[in-house]
Amino acid sequence: MANIILAALIFCLTPSNSVAGQSIIVQSTTSTQNSGLFDYILPLFKSRTGTDVNVVAVGTGQALKNGRNGDGDVLLVHAKSAEEKFVADGYGVKRLDVMYNDFVLVGPSDDPASLSGTSDILDALKKISDTGSLFASRGDDSGTNKKELQLWRQAGINVGNQSGSWYRETGSGMGATLNLASGMGAYTITDRATWIAFQNKDGMKILCHGDPRLFNQYGIILVNPQKHSHVREKLGTEFINWLTGPKGQSAIASYKLNGKQLFFPNAK
Amino acid sequence: MGDLSEAFVIAFHLLTSFDGELFEIIGLSLKVSLLAVFISCVCGFLLGAGLCVYQFPGKRLIVIMINALMGLPPVVVGLTVYLLLSRSGPLGVLGLLYTPTAMIIAQILLITPLVAALSRQALEELHREYDEFFRSLHLSSFAKLKALLWDGRYGLVIVGLAGFGRAISEVGAVMIVGGNINHLTRIMTTAIALETSKGTLALALALGIILIGFSVSVNAAVMLIRSSTRDAEYA
Repeated sequence: MANIILAALIFCLTPSNSVAGQSIIVQSTTSTQNSGLFDYILPLFKSRTGTDVNVVAVGTGQALKNGRNGDGDVLLVHAKSAEEKFVADGYGVKRLDVMYNDFVLVGPSDDPASLSGTSDILDALKKISDTGSLFASRGDDSGTNKKELQLWRQAGINVGNQSGSWYRETGSGMGATLNLASGMGAYTITDRATWIAFQNKDGMKILCHGDPRLFNQYGIILVNPQKHSHVREKLGTEFINWLTGPKGQSAIASYKLNGKQLFFPNAK
Repeated sequence: MGDLSEAFVIAFHLLTSFDGELFEIIGLSLKVSLLAVFISCVCGFLLGAGLCVYQFPGKRLIVIMINALMGLPPVVVGLTVYLLLSRSGPLGVLGLLYTPTAMIIAQILLITPLVAALSRQALEELHREYDEFFRSLHLSSFAKLKALLWDGRYGLVIVGLAGFGRAISEVGAVMIVGGNINHLTRIMTTAIALETSKGTLALALALGIILIGFSVSVNAAVMLIRSSTRDAEYA
């Protein structure tokens, strides 16, 4: 008995990653992880530099909060004004554009608010509100959630009053929210990459897209080493330079899922 | 329905093809949970036995607290450990956030009260039985504690398994403090959560089936060892 417990302990104490090489922590969004982008580009970076990039995928709001606490070296998120505030407050060194795609409004195939063919996103949101059709919101302060709330404001609709009736805040990630929307036949707004990669669509489809207001820009920021001295500045900068440079940009452009390009590089 | 049957096919395929990534994740799940259970058992058994043997004021309150903490919500534990280990937190200098160690710490906090409460319950019965005997021998409290732990060891194995069950199935705390980082802190439960969020429900369920399978194997192995050592002792 004692031998077996000892053997189990030895198993537990042997480190799983035999090579503890250099690594950085990137706080990022669920869309970049769920779409498979990181699984595609990070091995390319690793083979060039030998640096492991450890991705913690949370909503943009939480990523920025974790970055403020110093729990990451680099942020790759999508809420430009919140990112600029992060840098202005001194928590980030500077913010650079990396890539973009767009948001889409998806919903059940029977389309109770008759949105099909609507190209103006504000019209679409007004129709949802007028018909009282179910709408699933992230409600988690993520980049997608910030964008969605901004669109409701532009449409002049106060969704805060409707929370719990036709406006449902899930408080969870994009995938969980899509699962929920597909389960209860609700509309929702998602980034296109997550939508293409999502496999439980169950009859849901894109009902409104192409409005310039649905533009979705991703930015990258090095957490300020002057605020948090443990930030791996050299490795983090190397990653940022690679991703915004020609090699990283072409890697982003070449990632395709089901034959579709998910992210469009636009670093300057 | 399609997803259900597909899940079994995927689970079978993953296991028989010795999928490297899968075994890495299973290995880490077992490591984190077994180590957490081991440390929790050392603390919890001593605490449980101590609560049987020693008499002191406020003991009842401690017993109530430990019993209540059996239902500690994992997210709350995860959040607390995050705030402690965050670079801005009191233990931030250790740089433990987003490591397997952080996950083990969270699981220890979760299951130690469970182990302590259940082992106190199991040993209390034994203590009542032995009480007169102990008194006739004029044993010290520490000697009583040792005797209780040794004679109650078969019951304590079940307590340890209950702790293991809570540890291996837990997702809320390890997600927050581990970060579900691929090849570093991804374990079975966080991988299942990730696949669910991708909408790949069949794969998520397949991982669930495999997790249950490994949990059953660990339990079966422990029970086998228990009965064989027991038989050997009686023989």
